[in-house]
Order: sequence, then C-alpha cells, then structure tokens
Amino acid sequence: MKRWDAIVIGAGHNGLTNAAYLARAGLDVLVVEKNDYIGGAAVSREIEPGWKYSSCSYVCSMMRQSIHRDLDLSRHGLMLVPYLGTINYGHNGQVLLSYHDEDANYNALRQLSPHDADAMSRFETDLSRYSQLIRKTLLRTPPDPSTFRIRDFKEMLFLARQFWGLGERELYEYIRFFTMSAAEYLEDYFENDLIKASMATPGIIGTALGVESPGSAYILLHHVMGDVDGSIGAWGLARGGMGAISNAIASAFQAEGGTIRTEAPVEQILVRNGQAVGVVLEGGEEIEAGIVVSNLDARRTFTHIMDPADLPAEIVQRSKNFKIRGSSGKVNIALSGLPKFINVPDNRYVNRGGQAFIGDMATLERAYDCWKRGRWSDDPFIESVIPSAWDPTVAPPGCHWMSNFVQYCPPELEDGPWTPEKRDAFGKVVVDKLERHSPGFKDLIVHMEVRTPWEIEQEIGLTEGNIFQGELTIDQLLFNRPFPGYAQYRMPVKSLYMCGSSTHPGGGVSAACGANSAREILHDLKRPNTVPEDDCYDE
Amino acid sequence: MSESATPNQTPGNNGGPQTPGLAADPYAGERLKESPFHPRQAALNLREAWSSWNGYRFAEHYYDPEYEYFCIRNACGTYDICPMQKYRISGKNAEAMLDRLVTRSVKKLGEHRVTYVVWCNDEGRVIDDGTIFRLGPETFLLTCGSPCLAWLKKACFGFEEVLVEDCSDSYAALSFQGPATCSVLQEMGLEGIETLKPFGIQMHAYEGGQLMVSRTGFTGDLGYELWIEPERALTLWDHLYSVGARYGIQPYGEEATNMARLEAGFIMPYMEFNEALKTVHFEYDHTPFELALGWLVDFDKPHFNGRRALLEEKQRGPRIVLTKLDIEGSKPAEGSWLYANRRCTKPIGYVTSAMWSPAAKANIALAMIEAPYRDGKIWAWIDYEKELRQLSKVARCTVSKKPFWTPDRARATPPPPL
Repeated sequence: MKRWDAIVIGAGHNGLTNAAYLARAGLDVLVVEKNDYIGGAAVSREIEPGWKYSSCSYVCSMMRQSIHRDLDLSRHGLMLVPYLGTINYGHNGQVLLSYHDEDANYNALRQLSPHDADAMSRFETDLSRYSQLIRKTLLRTPPDPSTFRIRDFKEMLFLARQFWGLGERELYEYIRFFTMSAAEYLEDYFENDLIKASMATPGIIGTALGVESPGSAYILLHHVMGDVDGSIGAWGLARGGMGAISNAIASAFQAEGGTIRTEAPVEQILVRNGQAVGVVLEGGEEIEAGIVVSNLDARRTFTHIMDPADLPAEIVQRSKNFKIRGSSGKVNIALSGLPKFINVPDNRYVNRGGQAFIGDMATLERAYDCWKRGRWSDDPFIESVIPSAWDPTVAPPGCHWMSNFVQYCPPELEDGPWTPEKRDAFGKVVVDKLERHSPGFKDLIVHMEVRTPWEIEQEIGLTEGNIFQGELTIDQLLFNRPFPGYAQYRMPVKSLYMCGSSTHPGGGVSAACGANSAREILHDLKRPNTVPEDDCYDE
Repeated sequence: MSESATPNQTPGNNGGPQTPGLAADPYAGERLKESPFHPRQAALNLREAWSSWNGYRFAEHYYDPEYEYFCIRNACGTYDICPMQKYRISGKNAEAMLDRLVTRSVKKLGEHRVTYVVWCNDEGRVIDDGTIFRLGPETFLLTCGSPCLAWLKKACFGFEEVLVEDCSDSYAALSFQGPATCSVLQEMGLEGIETLKPFGIQMHAYEGGQLMVSRTGFTGDLGYELWIEPERALTLWDHLYSVGARYGIQPYGEEATNMARLEAGFIMPYMEFNEALKTVHFEYDHTPFELALGWLVDFDKPHFNGRRALLEEKQRGPRIVLTKLDIEGSKPAEGSWLYANRRCTKPIGYVTSAMWSPAAKANIALAMIEAPYRDGKIWAWIDYEKELRQLSKVARCTVSKKPFWTPDRARATPPPPL
C-alpha cells in the first residue's frame, strides 16, 4: 500500500494552500475531499444552468497577496477584481451611497451629517492604524507566550515591537478596541444612526454577536483589514466566482505534483502509539501517511473524526466548548434582469459594489435578539452583491445573480431542527425585505438557493454553519486559536496538524492559515521553508 | 472629422476669413480638437480628466484608472484612437517603399493582415513604431503615435507612383479590448468575427457604410480595433454601448492603457524610447536591438533605412537592452536607478516604466540595463513616500523573459467564451 508523505483532509482553500506548499517542498501529498467538488466554502457552483453562484463565501479581501504571487495563481487562472462602493439602505427609503471616489463620498456623507463626514476620515485613519498591526501578524505563526524557545521569544519580541510602535495612547486604545462593542466604538465618532449602522455591520458578520455585544469591534476590524492591490479596506470579486480561488490553488498544487481525491470522506484519523499515521475513509479504506493535516474546524476534527481515547481529555472538552455558533444564512438568487432599488440612481457604477440592507442600529440589535431566541430575524441584516454586474462570466448576458448574506439565522430553531418548509419561510423573509427596497424584485427571480446554517454544515462541513470555523473573539484569537497552547498548528497527537480557519489568523479567504501551517510542518520535518513572507511590511 | 467638430480645428489660415466660431470664442485657436466620439465620451468623463494627444482632447481616465484597467482585463472597454496618425500609402511601388522604410519585411505581409513595425533613420535609431495594414495588393494603412508625414514623403524618394495621404481625420477608430469583446461584436451582428485571427482584418458592411475590424490592440489581451467613417462614429458607439452594457463595457483612458501595455511588455514613446528625429543629444535615442525588438529587423531583405548601422550593432551587440523586471516587494520602482550590487555603488541602468500589476500580482518594470549586467544580480533603489516622509528601499530584481500578462485568449481563434 502506498504511504503518502502527507494527507490533507478537506479541499477548501486553506487545505489546498497547505498542500501546495508541502508539495513544493518535495512532499508527496494527497488531499482528500468528501464532496464531489473541491473548494469547501470558496466555491462556484452552477446549480441553475447558466448561473454560477459563489454559494458560500462571496467576496474577497484578505487573500494574502504574497501567496497569490508566490503560487503564481494568476497564471493558474485567478483574477481578483476590486469592486466599487456600497449602497446602505436605512428605513423609509433612506439611502447612504458610499462612493468609490473620496470627494463624492464626502459629499454623500455631508448630506446626512456634516459632523460625520468629517469624523469619517478620523475613523478610517484609526482603523487603518489598527488594521496595519494585525495585517502584519496574518502570515506569521503566533508565538507561544509560555515558552522560552528562541523562535517564540523572537516572535513575542516582534509583536511587542509592533504594539509599542503605536505609541502609548494608541496602545490603550487598542486594548479597548479588542473588548468593545462595535456600537460603543462607533459612538466615539458618529452621530447619524444610518452612518453608524453602516459602519457597524462588519462587526457582526459571521458572528453570533450583536452590534451592542462586547467583542464586535474587533470583528469590524477583521473585515476592513484586507486589501486589493494595496488599497486597504477594499473588497474584490474573484472572476468566475470564489471557486476560481480554490481552483487556482488546486491547479498550483497539482503543478507541484500533488493529488486530489474527491468523494473521499474521512471517517477517522488513524492514531498509533500517540502518532497520527493516516486516515480511514468512510467505507473502510485506509490510507497511510507520515503526517495528517486537518482542514476541518477544531470541533469537527476532535469530536467527529478522532477517537477521544487518542486525545487528552482537556482537548476533547475544549473542542466541545469551542465557540463556533452559526449565525448566518445565505440566499443566492438568479435574476432575469438587473433589479432597481428605490432611491438609488440608475448609473453604470452603482451596481458594481456591495449593498447593505440595514434599517438602523436598533434593527440590527433586534435581529440579533431573534437569534438568541432560536428564530431567524424577521427584519434581517442582508449584505448583498450582484457579482454579475461586474463579472460577465457568472450569468447569461443581461441576466444577473445576487448573493445575499443574511444575519441572523440560527443553526437550530427554538421549535426543533430545520425543515425544508422552515428554510423556505426564512428565504421568503429575505426576498420580502429585498422586494420592499426593489418593487418588482420577485418577478425577476429565476432560481433561488436558500442556505441556512444547517445546509452549510451538511454540505461544507462547517460546524453549525459558522463561516469562520470558530468565532473571532479575543479568547479565540492569536495564541489562543483554537486553544491556548495549540496555536502553532501542531495538535496534541504527534504528526497531526491543523490548517483551517480554526487556526490563526482565523476566518476569511486569506490562505494564511494553510500557509502558516505548512511553514510549521516543514520546520518539524526539517525541510527548507517554502512559504513566503507577507509583503505588507513596507506599507 | 465630423462636422460638429470642424470649427474647433486649429486654424492654419494666415489672415484668411475667420469662421463664425472663432469670432465667438477668442480662445478657439487654443482649444483642443474633439474626436468624433467626443460627445459620448465627454458625458462619461465624470472626473473631467483630460489631457491631449496630437491636438485632440484626450481622456486620462473617465472614472478611475484602476477600474478602467479591470474593464480591459475582466470585461471590455473602448479606447479612442482617433488621435492616432493614419497614413494611406498606395500605388505600384507602395510595398517596395514601405519595405525600405521599416525594418521588417512588408513583402511577407498578406492581404488583410497587420504587422507591427519600427522605422529608423540611417544610423539605425528608432523614429517611431506603428502598425501597417495591408488593405490590398497596392494599398496600405500605416498608423503611428506621432505625425510622420514629412518622413514618409522623404521615404518615397526613388519610388515612383507612390501616393501618401494623411487620412488621420477620415477614420474614426476605437480600440475595443477585453475578454468579452468577441461576444459583443458577435451580438452586434458582425458575422464570422470569431474566425478573425490575431493581426487579421475583416471588412463588414455596416449601417450603409463599411466597418473595418482588425484584431489588434495595445493591451496584450483579446481585443479589436474598429475603423469607421467619422459620420457613422456615434452610430457605432451607441450600438457598441447598447450591446456592451450587458458585458460591462466602459471607456478607458490613457492611464489604464499604460497599465495594460506595461503588463503586455509593449513600449511607449517617451517612456521607453525617445523618437530619433526629436532627440537633441547624441545617442539619447534608441535602436531596435536596444529596445529588445531585434526580432523586427529582417536582414534577409535587400535594403532598408538603417540597415548598415543595425547590422554592425547586431554583430557587436547592443550596449544597453530593454529588460522586463519582476521586483520584490510591492513598491513600484518608478524612475529607479538599477545597480549591480546591493550597496548600490555600481549603476547599471534605469527603470523606464514601473507599476504594481493587479493581473500578474507582481511588481513589474521595464528597464534599460547595460547588456553585460543583465545576467547578474540586479538591485533597484526605490524611492517612495509615506505621509510626506521620503523613504527608500533596495529591492532585488529578477529578469523576466516572458511578458507579465499573456492570456491564451489573446491568441486563440475562435476566442474562448468571455
């Protein structure tokens, strides 16, 4: 029987990135994937013929440029196209357009509040200062603060230097930032409710927190620290949908000699004498390998595909308690034409950006209240984008598709599990809200895919449908991710590693988790490192 | 020229009767000409970002340079090439005359084909680059960036029955570039457009006139150039934009063009080379070999301008050579000096154009480098600014043999869908 150097479980973008770097170092690498398609949550799927949905993740900003460059993903077919501004919808037809152009944006803000128009530049300056610091940690392994190994010590020193470089006052601000709610934080800057709510929404995306919950300020930062071609805070579409990212990484991996097996669900990670030695597929096939890398989330890795007897009891406990609450749904809609929205000018650029159906701060918090009670929000926050308005490859000419990310949507309902009827009722709430902003919207619908956390978990394997593979709160970040003492991608069993978003730096299509993990693996195998440094240091 | 734009033409009259337009506008003589597409382009130029080219008002960008660049790479866009110079060269000896003018063989150029050429003075220094279209056995169209009529007339010496006409204003032309272009033209009813090969020409009956389509461009991507009578320019524009709306069509300006051409590795006058006839200082102009265009020089043909000098240079090897560089980091090496050592004590060349390439995700540059040093280590001294502080870094450069952007669709016939 063939013995692989490494098996990576899960062909999501981080698993593929990890595999590509291991293969580049000369390892014989096999990626096993349960689905008959690759990509995990970075996937493009043609469910309705002619339309290509990015059925899970839908926009991209955190993708590490140095990995894109280093794996030559452009030559493997990846193009990230930045999109333009955002339309924010309030109540009663109120609309805040944030334009691509700085001056136009200033003028639009001034119409709502001259005070906030001025405050915006201070807000953006502060955010970019904070995000710059975090950005520098993305493609690095978090240090273990409890050891005195030279590597960890150096890394602690690096972090300390970065923090210290902020200056004393900002240091305090930064610590405050990690623990505040988005609403409190924004209170320091803005007075207009729609402006505040528009700026607050990144703080709740993918997280079972409300705008008033402590910790949501950091999540806000997590969503604005990305960039597209050096323009920080910008978001982009992958041409051909998010699957283009996974496909390009897979192609780079295969060019390095790697192998991908789809429809190969892992039943269990094989452990002998305290060392991972391979996997058993559902159906019983055993595959042996020198190391095993799990791209599954921490909960799933330790409670689904491992024998608890092979693990320290504390890890079993911690993985059961790992905060990975699902909070969002996704409604993908194929449209026969471009919808028109109330009070939005009919200009050629306006649809080439994002849309946020908000209401106001109170609406956002009420939407969260529903989630707490095990209901979907009756007036949900919807973050949308119409990729086909900008990417001609994802819908037939003249037709469109709209990606709607919906908060909140619980993984389990107060009256029991999800059923197809309940799922459709949830979808209807979303479409009804869109119809309120765009009369006639329903008539354009050709096809609709409604995804609750239940569907996301069943298809992609994200526990509770949590898009980040674990929430991004301070107790689960940096050297605490996924668990204190296990933040360096090595797991309690020898030769077992993790490379998914449950590890540092967390969720988002960044490829950083997979790359960081590869660096650690190669270090352990005493192979030369193939993972590049981030290119954000001379910003 | 379209009628509406005629009064804006720079008057070359010496005391002749003044047009009514001039009387109304005392600055008329200083205003720039407007292309036949101007009314539509002006409406879309939200940023009022205009510069000039050959006396025409010309857009730097319309909305945002990077956005327009992505239209070229992701969807489709139009670029006004009306200001480009166009010369019709015809007659029994037109082929022979052009064959002496340019370094490449014109005899080998088939009918309805286009070729990229440079022409040199007797010292083998490049006067300009451009394209030659063979429209018939004895009819050619030469296009180039700068006016060239005087040199063309001179180039006719010794060839009888060659007619050179400046037809710059009798064509309205749009460069239409991007992955969606073929689909748009197909939907517009240009039958058989998908069979048009790179550097091929098709003639299409269009709205009672003729539309010439060449599969050419300056972006390194799939794209076409559309040539039409100025009277029908706006009809073409409106048709293109009504169909193109479903494919993300957008006008793009000089800045986006410059990004795309640099990724494709194409040279630009006054960036990579100084036109020989406008160069004051000795050898501050360039030879085709220095511009890495040796492949355009055909010594198998009998005689052409600059042949002797170029043959000598070929044997000796060029002193400096234009080189594609991939530079570490992401700071564009604009205007950088290049060195053979990290301490930057041994200068070996300079960067001519540089940018961060969004498509290739690389920090790219074209640079003039002393030939012997191209194979060694190359370092760029990069100056940049951060919140008013002037900073600098030294970055390692790698020579890139291939252009930074060469999608298969640019060469495939028929082009792949979108």
